Order: sequence, then structure tokens, then C-alpha cells
Amino acid sequence: MTLAPVQSPAVPDARRAGPHAFARRSAPGRKWETFIFWTFRLAAYLILMAGATVLLNIVIKGSRTVFQPTAPFINIPFFTQAPESLYVFEWNGTKQEMGDREFRAFKEANPAAADVKAESYVYSAGGIFPAIVGTVLLVVGSMSIALLLGVSAAIYLSEYSKDSRFIRFLRLAILNLAGVPSIVFGLFGFGMFVIFFGWNVSLLAGWFTLAFMVLPVVITASEESLRSVPKGFREGSLALGATKWQTIRTNVFPYALPGILTSSILGIARVAGETAPIMFTAAFVMRDKLPWEGLERASDFFFQGVMALPYHIYVVSSKIPQNDYSERVQYGTAFVFLLIVALIASASIVFRNRLRKRYTW
Amino acid sequence: MVNDSSSLIGSRPNPPAVRPVIAGAPAAAKPAAKPAPASDIIVDISHVDFFYGATQALHDISLQIEARQVTAFIGPSGCGKSTLLRCLNRMNDLIEGTRLAQGSIRIHDVDIHQRDVDVIELRKRVGMVFQKSNPFPKSIYENITYGLTLQGVRDRSRLDEVVERSLRGAALWDEVKDRLHESGLGLSGGQQQRLCIARAIAVEPEIILMDEPCSALDPVATAKVEELIQQLRSRYTIIIVTHNMQQAARCSDRTAFFYLGKLIEYADTREIFTAPSNPQTEAYVSGRFG
Repeated sequence: MTLAPVQSPAVPDARRAGPHAFARRSAPGRKWETFIFWTFRLAAYLILMAGATVLLNIVIKGSRTVFQPTAPFINIPFFTQAPESLYVFEWNGTKQEMGDREFRAFKEANPAAADVKAESYVYSAGGIFPAIVGTVLLVVGSMSIALLLGVSAAIYLSEYSKDSRFIRFLRLAILNLAGVPSIVFGLFGFGMFVIFFGWNVSLLAGWFTLAFMVLPVVITASEESLRSVPKGFREGSLALGATKWQTIRTNVFPYALPGILTSSILGIARVAGETAPIMFTAAFVMRDKLPWEGLERASDFFFQGVMALPYHIYVVSSKIPQNDYSERVQYGTAFVFLLIVALIASASIVFRNRLRKRYTW
Repeated sequence: MVNDSSSLIGSRPNPPAVRPVIAGAPAAAKPAAKPAPASDIIVDISHVDFFYGATQALHDISLQIEARQVTAFIGPSGCGKSTLLRCLNRMNDLIEGTRLAQGSIRIHDVDIHQRDVDVIELRKRVGMVFQKSNPFPKSIYENITYGLTLQGVRDRSRLDEVVERSLRGAALWDEVKDRLHESGLGLSGGQQQRLCIARAIAVEPEIILMDEPCSALDPVATAKVEELIQQLRSRYTIIIVTHNMQQAARCSDRTAFFYLGKLIEYADTREIFTAPSNPQTEAYVSGRFG
């Protein structure tokens, strides 16, 4: 038997001869592919651009307020003082800008200045310390309540409840709650906590209102992460004679915690950022006393109203006359606000990642 | 054949897996050759009908399991063998809509489905090893001590002792003694399954239920687990569900064959595999169906 001489492979011939099986598609088809690709790509880039513009705008304009060219380079009074009115006046031929207190001291020191004509700009001097404190307090308090209630409910739903019509209805109700506009939560909190419970405009009322607002997110995400814990861990534990609660406490909940924290990080951003729920329930336009100052009883702390960053931004951007001085406060506050949310969120992310490393399977 | 490892083992001319290699292991004679001792019934299942919702999974099952014997449940998928196994420590309670419609399961002459039975106590006495090895994402040490710490044992020296005893009992001590505080999930599949066995014997059960403990393991790891079963049989009553008929033949004293929720035949393992009295059993063990 003779072997046929091995011919040189047919492919090069085919390549020369014309379209082969894997030939590139015709030009119009290719153009369509390119068009589609660029449409999607541009959509993605557009979003990035929008985000970057907003962020840069705030960072650039805000850093003019927050940072300063001379040592210590950070505008420390902006972080440590309460808002004041700004007085602008002419003195000995130079333009002076002074906060309320400074201006009064100046007038006392210089009797001649007693009747100087000064333009005043409300809230444009001083700092935003009370608002920072208020926002941090609101976030910590409302997230504690939301996690406590939400995780308990999620544990009940995922571990204890039987699949019944009532439970399905409950889940639906929770999901629907997530779609309720935040101003409605604000009104609810006002009617329920401020008026009916008589808590007045207070931290406590704000905590509960904000907590109720994020509860659906916390419950849904917590239930999800509890469910994602493999069934084998529960069975293994129960088969060793653990009770249900022991099993959940030692062998389900710890593994679900990273997921629960992820959802609460989103919750933190929302709680810190929402203005509507706190404007009737917890926030004051102006209050330079901190909530723990001048209390008769320690428990009064919970019934103090506070300033809050988002509400302060709202006030200085829409409730006072607009000018260059108020713009400084607006952007300065917005910048600090972003920094604080980023700080709280990254702290939780670090904590979560540490947990995640400990419990992986 | 049900999975690759079983067919691999099955293809060996003479299954050598059960020969104990560890020195000092109880000289396990060929299990089937051992005469059944005078009956010492520990589990008495009588006329059990079991339902998942409206589906009947077990039909009138009656069988008696002797203490310190290895009993194998075999049969094709869905035949009810795992369901019956999970009845013995009431793991089926976890599944919604299950019920024991009729009959009773008595362990030490106590009906375990009685109202006043504490499931927690029952499960301490009747341990379980699952098909998919499920070590907790904790250290090896914590895995072993899990059951005891939940019972409130805090004494460090006692826990140390239990860890060593259990790991030795599961033939795992030499492999892990230097990394007791590393995660149990860092072990190989076979080691994980032996860790689960160690975890089960740490709480000193009398009965160990094994639900296809080797179905996810390779032949070498399977051989080690089977060897372990041979070592454990002197102290524990072992009930093993398996898809692998060679495994049942190698390591059990008694074998029960289930088909479509019914107990077809229950006899000494040697009898089941050499001279089954029921034609269905014969068809199954000879590989003609299932």
C-alpha cells in the first residue's frame, strides 16, 4: 500500500482563492457590530463622566473652604465651630470679613466701629461642627436600631418561619416598604414619634424614622445572606445535638455577618444622606448647643434635636440669600459630608473584609 | 454504577480496601464471615409509613438493627434509604411537611417520635455524618469541640483530651496534630470527611448514621473511611447508606435492600450478595438494574 504524497495543506490555497469558512464578515455587518459596541461603551463612559463631574465640582469648590493656603492648611474652625453670621464691612479702607462673635469683640475694642455699616450674611461664617456631630449621631443610632430590628426579623424569616401565606404577605410588605418615598417616612415619623409619642423634634424620633426607612434593605439583604449559608452547617450542628438557637448563633449568623454588613454599608450612605425623613423629626436649622450640653438629666440626651449635614446643605443652599459667601459654606459642607460618609463606609468595609477572611468556605 | 469511584473499586478483582493497615487496629475479619452475635437490638423500626407532604416515601418498613454492628442500607436513588436513616435522629423534622404517619422507631425501647422525647438528647446519642462533608469554617480543634462546648464543657484539658481521642479514633490525628488551630476547610476531601466523623464521635454517641459518606471521595480516601468504619464498629453501632454495593459488601455485617420505599430484603451481608432470596435483590446486586 502506498501512501499518497502529503500535499501542502489546503489552507494557503483557500486563503488566496477567496472567502474560506472563517472569513471575516462583510463590511456592513462589521460596521453594525462596531456601532453597537461604541453605543454601550459611550453609555458607560457617560455615567462615569457625570459622576466625576459632580464629584470634582464638589471637591474643587469644597476644598477652597476646607483647605487654606497658610499653615495649618486645614480650615480648622470650619470643623470645630458652630455656624455664625458673617459680617462684611469696610474699615480704614480695607474690606473686613468677620464672624458674629469676632465682630462684636471688634466693636467693643474699637468704639469708633460701633456704628459701622456692615453687610451680614447668615450662616456664612464659623463652621459646621454641630452638623457633623448630629449626622454621626443620627447614623450610629439609626443603624443600631435598624440592624437590631432588621437582623432579628431576617433571622426569624429565614430560620424559623414556615412558608405560609402570612409570611409571604409579610415579605411582600417589606419589599413594598422599600419603595416608599423618604418624605413619607418623614411624615410618618412626624405623626408617630414627634406628635403621638410626644418625643418632639429629637434624636430618638430621627433614629426611629431613619431606621424604619432602611429596614427593608437591611432585612432583605440579611435574609439573603443568611440563606446563602450552606444547609450543611446547620445540619452538621443540629446533628451534634445543638439547639436551633445555638446553631444560629455559632454556625449560621457569624458566616452571614459579612453579607449583612455589606447591606448596612449601603444603609449608612442612605441614612446619612437623606434629608426628608429628618427635616420634621430630628433636624434643626440652627442649634449651636450640642445634644449633650446643658442637660438636666442624662436621658434628656435622646430628646434633643440636632443639626445634620444634609439638612444644613439644604438650608444654606435654598433657605438663605445666595451669594459668594453662602456658596463657600454649601460646597464646604458638601465636601465634608462626602468625606464623612466615605469614612464611615470604609471603616465598615475594612471590618467586613476582616470577617470575611475569617469565615470563608 | 452510581459514581466513578465505586466503579473503580468495583473493577478490582479482590477489593483490598478493608484490610486494616494501621498497626493495632482491631483485626477485622471479613465482616460478612463474622457470625452475628446473639441479638442485641438497639434500633427497632416497626411498620413505618413516612410521608413528604402527600408523597409516601416509606411503606411499612420494619427492621431491627443490632448494637455494635455495621448495617448497610442499599438501593437505587429515591428508594427511601436516606429518608429512613434521617428518621433515626429525626433530621427529617427540619424538612417542612414531613410526617411519620404510622409505625414507630424505638431506640433502646423508647419511641423516639414520642411527644416527650428531647430531640437534642436524641441527636447527642445518635450522631450523623453527611454525604457532603461539612466541616464548619472554624479550626480543626473548634470543629471537634463544637458539640461539647455547646454542652457547656469549658475545661481546657478535658477538651484537649477529647480532641486527641476523637482524632485518633477517626485515624486523623497523625495527619493534623500539628495544625489543630488551622481551618478545617484546609483539609483534603477525605480528611474533611474523617474530621466530620471525629466531630461526631467527640460527643460520644452510641449510634453513628452515615449518609453516603464516601460518595464524594476518591478511591484512596474511600478506602481510609472504610477502614475507619471497621475500627469504629467495635464501639459504635453504625448504619451506613450507600450507593456503592461493593462498599456495603466490604464493610457491613447486615444489609437492607430498599426499592421504591419498600424494604425488599434484610439479611446478613454475605447472604444478600451471594444468595439473595428475592429476585429483585439479586437483579440489583448483580448490577442488572439501579
